[in-house]
Amino acid sequence: MNTGKVTGVISNLIFIEAHGAVTQNEICLIHTENKRLMAEVIRITGTQVSAQLFETSMTIKMGSLVDFTGRMLEVELGPGILSKKYDGLQNDLTKMSGLFIDMGQTTPPLDSDVYYSFTPLIKAGETLHAGDWLGSVKENWIDHKIMVPFVLKGTYTVESITKKGDYLINDVMAVLSSEKGEKIEVTMVQKWPVKRAISTFRQKIRPNKILQTGLRVIDTLNPIAEGGTGYIPGPFGTGKTVLQQAIAKNSKADILIMVACGERANEVVEIFTEFPKLTDPDTGRTLDEKTTIICNTSNMPVAAREASVYVGMTLAEYYRAMGLKVLILADSTSRWAQALREMSNRMEELPGPDAFPVELPATIANFYSRAGLTELNNGAWGSVTFIGTVSPAGGNFKEPVTESTSKVARCFYALSQKRADAKRYPAIDPIASYSKYLDYPEFVENTDTSIQKGWVAKVKKCKDLIRNGLEARDQISILGDDAVPVEYHVVFWKSEMIDFALIQQDSFDDVDMNTSLERQQYMFNKLMEIGDMEFHFSEFEEVGTFFKQIINILKQMNYSPFDSSQFKKHHKELEKALQNMREKTLTEL
Amino acid sequence: MRFKRIYTKISNITKATCTLKAEGARYGELARVNGMPAQVISVLGDNVTVQVFSGTEGVSSHSEVIFSGSPPSLKVSDLLAGRFLNGYGEPIDGGPELRGEDRVIKGNAVNPVKRSQPSTLLATGIAGIDLNNTLVTGQKIPFFANPDQPYNQVLAEVAMRAEADKIILGGMGLSNDDYLFFKNTFTKAGVLNKIVCFINTSENPPLERLLIPDMTCTAAEYFANDQKQKVLVLLTDMTLYADALAIVANKMDQIPSKDSMPGSLYSDLASIYEKSVQFAHGGSITIIAVTTLNEGDITHAIPDNTGYITEGQLFLKQDADIGKVIIDPFRSLSRLKQNVIGKKTREDHPQVMNALVRLYADAMDAKTKKENGFDLNEYDKRCLDFAKEYSRKLLAVDVNIPIDQMLDTGWQLLQTYFKKFEVGIKEEFIEQYWHEEQTINAL
Repeated sequence: MNTGKVTGVISNLIFIEAHGAVTQNEICLIHTENKRLMAEVIRITGTQVSAQLFETSMTIKMGSLVDFTGRMLEVELGPGILSKKYDGLQNDLTKMSGLFIDMGQTTPPLDSDVYYSFTPLIKAGETLHAGDWLGSVKENWIDHKIMVPFVLKGTYTVESITKKGDYLINDVMAVLSSEKGEKIEVTMVQKWPVKRAISTFRQKIRPNKILQTGLRVIDTLNPIAEGGTGYIPGPFGTGKTVLQQAIAKNSKADILIMVACGERANEVVEIFTEFPKLTDPDTGRTLDEKTTIICNTSNMPVAAREASVYVGMTLAEYYRAMGLKVLILADSTSRWAQALREMSNRMEELPGPDAFPVELPATIANFYSRAGLTELNNGAWGSVTFIGTVSPAGGNFKEPVTESTSKVARCFYALSQKRADAKRYPAIDPIASYSKYLDYPEFVENTDTSIQKGWVAKVKKCKDLIRNGLEARDQISILGDDAVPVEYHVVFWKSEMIDFALIQQDSFDDVDMNTSLERQQYMFNKLMEIGDMEFHFSEFEEVGTFFKQIINILKQMNYSPFDSSQFKKHHKELEKALQNMREKTLTEL
Repeated sequence: MRFKRIYTKISNITKATCTLKAEGARYGELARVNGMPAQVISVLGDNVTVQVFSGTEGVSSHSEVIFSGSPPSLKVSDLLAGRFLNGYGEPIDGGPELRGEDRVIKGNAVNPVKRSQPSTLLATGIAGIDLNNTLVTGQKIPFFANPDQPYNQVLAEVAMRAEADKIILGGMGLSNDDYLFFKNTFTKAGVLNKIVCFINTSENPPLERLLIPDMTCTAAEYFANDQKQKVLVLLTDMTLYADALAIVANKMDQIPSKDSMPGSLYSDLASIYEKSVQFAHGGSITIIAVTTLNEGDITHAIPDNTGYITEGQLFLKQDADIGKVIIDPFRSLSRLKQNVIGKKTREDHPQVMNALVRLYADAMDAKTKKENGFDLNEYDKRCLDFAKEYSRKLLAVDVNIPIDQMLDTGWQLLQTYFKKFEVGIKEEFIEQYWHEEQTINAL
C-alpha cells in the first residue's frame, strides 16, 4: 500500500506529501491518535496530493501517516439494504453507538449474521455476463436478485450453484469460471464505485409510461414517467420538502431511495418515525420495507454530501438491475453543489458563475443521466426515476444550479412564493411548470390506452384554460371588475376552479393526500365538462358566487373517499347546481 | 501543564489574521498573539495562519505567539446557571471563575436515528405564533425583522412566556442598551437562576462573536443532554455573526459567493442551528434566533441561507391599520406545526388557521384594488372589515391567550364576516363549531 504524510490542513481540505503513485478519487486513510479518518483524493500535483476529508479535521497533526487504499469510494451491494438508514458513506447509523456520531466511526452497511432464503435461478453450465441473475432471495417482501458481479468483464460459465436454502450474505452462492479458466466465487455481496454508473443492461429507451405519484398537479397536469427525471426548485418555505415527502409516500414505485443531502435532521427524523407506520398504498406493506434512507444532514461532514447522492444513485441502479421500478429523491442537490463550491474555493480554482466550479453543469448532467428506463439482458425492464429538489439562492431561478438542472431534467415543478403565501398548496406554478413527456409520442400513445383516448390533448386544453384564466385575471385587475365583459370573470373563475379542485391538494388529509389515477381521471373529466360549459351571468358578482359554491362542493368531494356515500352526496349537489345553472342559462338566452 | 510552544516571527499581518512559521500546530487550536486570544485557521507545511479575535491592532512582526494545543472549550457544570460570560466563556459579571468539565465547543453531531421527532407544543400565548405558526420543543426558528422593529423585546417576551428549564442567551453585537434590557427583564422576572448569557456587545471586537453561538450551544447541550432539561436558546443577532464570518473569509483571500458572504455560509449557520434537538430522554434544545434584514430583503444571502436551514421563520410587520406590530401571517411559517396542530391542539386548528389566512389574503387583494382606485364589491368590503379585526384580535404580538380561545375567536370572526361556503372548511367542523346565532353581519 502507498503511504504519505500530512503537510497541511485548511478546514476539511488536507494536503499530503505522497510516496509513490496516487490515483485521482482514490480513498486514503489519515491516522490520528486512535482513529483512521477517510478522505478522497481530489487533486494531484507531482507528489503533492489534496484530499477532501469526510470528517472534521481538528485532531489531525502535521506529519500524520496517510494510507492510500488504491480503491475509489465504493458501496456494498447485497440483501439488507432496504429499511436501512445510512450516512453519506453508507455507514449504518443504527449500528453506531452513542447519541453523538464520534469522529471516524464506521459501521458495516449490511448484516453479516442474517440468513436469507436463496432460490437459484440458473443451472451449472450456463454462460452468463455481468448483471445476470444467479438466484433470488427474499428481502422484506422484495425478490432481491443475486447477480453476476458488475465488475466482471466478458463471458462466464457457471461451475456450480448453491441449492435452495438459507444462507449468510458472505456464503458462496455460485462459482463461475472465466474464458481463461479462472475460478470466481460469488457471494451475495459485491462492491461498486459510486461515481461510475452500473450499466449492465441491454438498452436504455425513452420513458413512455406514467409513474403515479398520487398528486394531481403532477400526474394529471405534469406527469413524470417511469425512468424519467424531474426537479423541484423553490424558495424556502414553499413546501419543497412536504411535496417530496408526499411523492415518496404515495408513488407507485417498488423501491424508494431517499437522499437527505445537507438538509434538516428533523426532516429525516420525520421519515424515520412515519415510514414504519405508513402503509404502501400499492402493496399493503409498511413503507419503510421498500425504502432506504441516506442522510447527510446539514450538520454532518460537508464532503460527504457529494458522496451521499452518488451512494443513493448507485443503490438505485443496483435495484434497477433486478428489474424493479426505483424512485430516488434527493433533497437538495443545491447542497451538494455548495459542497463542491466550498472545496473548489479552498483549492483556489478559478471560479465559474456565483463562485461555483466551472464543471458544475457537466457534473449535474452526468448525474441526472444515470436515471432511465432500461431493458435488462434477460428482457426484463427496470427503471430509475430521479426527482431532485433545488434550493435556489434568493429564490431566483437564474442561478447556476437551477439553470444547469433545467438543461437535463425533463419535468420541472416550479414552486411559487406567491402561491405559498396564499397557502395554495402544493405551490406548484401551473403555468411555469412542465413535463416534456407530454410531448413524447410513445407517452401519448401509452396514456391513450392506459387512461383514455385523447388524454394528453385534454390535459393541454386544461393548461390553456388555466393560462386564459390568468390572463383574464390580469385584465380584471388592470381594468377593474365592471370594466371588463362578464365573460372575463367566467374565464377567470373556471381557472380558479381548476386551481382549487385539481391543483390544490391537502398533503395532511388522509383522503386528499393521495388521489388514484382512476379518481384523477374521473374528477378531471368532470372539471373539463364544467370548463366546457357555456354560462350566462348578468353581472360579475354572480360569477364568483356561483363558482365559489361549485368549488366548495368539489373540495368536499376531494375530502371524501372515492365513491363513498359522502362522495356521492356531494356529487349529487354538484349535478344539481350545474343543472340549475344550465336551466337558468337556457331561459335567459 | 503541557510544554508551551512560543514563536516570535510573524511574516504576514492582516486586520484579522497573522501568518507565521511554526512547527506542529493543529488546525482549530487556540493560541495567544501578544496575549490576545486567536485560533489556527490554516496550516500549510510550517506556515500557520491564526485569526486574532480582537483584531490585530498592535501586533508586530516580533509579537509573541503561544499555541495552547487545544481547541476552544467551555467549563460546563450547574454553576453556569445565572452567569454572564463573554465569547471565551469568561465571566463578565464579576463573579468567580467557572469550574467544571472542560468541553470542546462545536461538538459532534447527534446521530439522526437517535433523535426523537419534536412533537411537544411550545406555547407562547401570542396567537400570531401559537395559532398560525405553532412552535414545538426541539425546533429552530428565527425572527426576520428590520433593524427598527422591536425584535429583542418580542424575543424576550417569548422567552419569558415559554416553558423552559433553562434559557441560554447568545448575544452577538448586542447594543449595550439591549444587553441591559435582557439583563433587567431576566432580573425582574426573577429567573436569573435559570439563565446563562454569552454576551458580545457592539463595544467588543466583532470576531469574538464567532465563538458565541458555539459557546451557547455547548452550554445548551450540557443542560439538555447531561441534565435532560428543556433548554431554550436565544441567538441575536445572527446577521452580525455572519458579517464576522465574512470578515475572516475576506482576510483569508477566499472568493466570496453571493453578497460577499463566504461559500461555506450555509454549512456554518447549519452547524449552529442543527444543535436544536429533541432527545428521547426528554431533554431538548429549542433555538429562537434573530436575523435582521435590510429593508425586508429576504433574498440576501444571510436570511436566504437561514431560511433553508431553520424550521420556518417569523416575520414582524408594522400594521398601519391597527397601529401595532403583528406576526405577518403570509411570510411566517413554522414547519413543525404539523406535528402538533390538530393533534396536540383542537382538531379544527389546521382548517381554521388556513381559512383565516386565506381570507386575509383576499382582504389584501381587496386592499390593493382599493389603492388602485377600483370600486370594491360587497365581498371585498367584508374582507377588509374582517382583516382589521383579525389583525387586532389575533395577529398582534401583544395578544396573550390560550390556543382554544384563539380558535374560538377565529370561528367568531368567520361567522361574523362570511358565509359557510366562503370559508372552505370541512363539513364536519362546520357542523360542530358554526353556531348560527353568532352570525351577525353575514348576508
